[in-house]
Amino acid sequence: METSEELKLLGFWVSPTVARVGWALGLKGIKDYVYVEEDVMYNKSPLLLQLNPVHKKVPVLVHHGKPIAESDVIVKYIDETWKNYPLFSQDPYEKAKILSFAKFGDKLYADAFKAMWSRGEEQEKVVKSTIEELQKIEEEIKGRKFFGGESLGYLDIALGWISYLLPIWEEVAFIKIFDPIKFPGIALWAENFLSHPVIKEKLPPKDRAVEYFQERRAFITSIIYG
Amino acid sequence: MADEVKLLRTWSSPFALRIVWALKLKGVEFETIFEDLAKKSSLLIENNPVHKKVPVLLHNGRSVCESFVILEYIDETWTNGHPLFSKDPYEKAEARFWAKFGDDKLWLSVRGILFGNEAEQEDAKAQAREHLKYLEEQLEGKKYFGGEAIGYLDLAVGWMANLLSVLDEITGHVLIEELKFPLLWKWMQVFSDAPVIKESWPSRDKLVVKFRAMRDLYLAGKN
Repeated sequence: METSEELKLLGFWVSPTVARVGWALGLKGIKDYVYVEEDVMYNKSPLLLQLNPVHKKVPVLVHHGKPIAESDVIVKYIDETWKNYPLFSQDPYEKAKILSFAKFGDKLYADAFKAMWSRGEEQEKVVKSTIEELQKIEEEIKGRKFFGGESLGYLDIALGWISYLLPIWEEVAFIKIFDPIKFPGIALWAENFLSHPVIKEKLPPKDRAVEYFQERRAFITSIIYG
Repeated sequence: MADEVKLLRTWSSPFALRIVWALKLKGVEFETIFEDLAKKSSLLIENNPVHKKVPVLLHNGRSVCESFVILEYIDETWTNGHPLFSKDPYEKAEARFWAKFGDDKLWLSVRGILFGNEAEQEDAKAQAREHLKYLEEQLEGKKYFGGEAIGYLDLAVGWMANLLSVLDEITGHVLIEELKFPLLWKWMQVFSDAPVIKESWPSRDKLVVKFRAMRDLYLAGKN
């Protein structure tokens, strides 16, 4: 039985990659771990810098004193260490499709984030490609409750940010990408996803998140656009 | 049922080379289909509609894309052959982490040297050396990154053992000097000498010509 000394998660309250790890642990029924909130914007702890010297980022999972970084690496590690509630299909081909699609999701994430802070023509262009990419997600979810089928899986965790973070970015940037009428499959999935007990308890408070991204956006645009 | 395995690749892609090595290590018979990326075949477009990139593995007609995804697929499908991963989840995690690092950080800094002007090259070289220090540490006490036998991480960063000397010839910049990186230096020899690896290298002369042309084109485009 794991004690709380043996499992530690370094995170940041609004980070979607940290949320992935929290969700994975939650789905596996692992509640007994130490969570350390990192001030990643202004004051990273010596512990974080020591445990993830390469990227200096959260999430970092520490298990039996050994650190693991990068959310996808961590989630796979969790899935391979705790065998209950498997996050992947057992079939190598289905698993490969999930991993490829998750990689595509990373591109969507990068584009959606850029859509949030960019301006003018640049913004128009990236909003357009983000909508096109979201269409592929819509095709993938069609007719299913979760990307994992009847239960949550790796892809739900990887794409979970779409359900709650994308609407916040849209609000902050006065853009529209995720129109529930154009993306009914994703809209239904988001509802199911966000009402799942394990997911619900790891969501950042909305008002605080809006404020946070307003600040981030202002900061980034001041650097890029002067 | 006999397995039908095809690999869509280009002759020079270091990412595709990972798959050639993996399939050979596993003793899997496969057919190679060389792609001309300037004139993509319908087979490629059909099987990788999203990215239209190589490598693509076709196993009994079903496609798997993205070289790291393909490597994991190969390891999970042909379980009797040479294992690419350790059974220990933590060692697996380390291999995955450093493989990503190799592509996201090291490869980028190497490209920076290949395509940069003098100032950019100096910057990129300093960065690459920082990155290589981490990989040097990973080899402590090991013959290969995978331990006693070639593993996932060796395949992921294996391009170094060949492309860095091509880089040296084109730009005059040497990254792995024996005194500075003794473990990486040794690993490059040992890895390159492994039969499956040795027999699969693309022609070095052709690579020099290709990358030199790419560098000239890139720099001309900038000016």
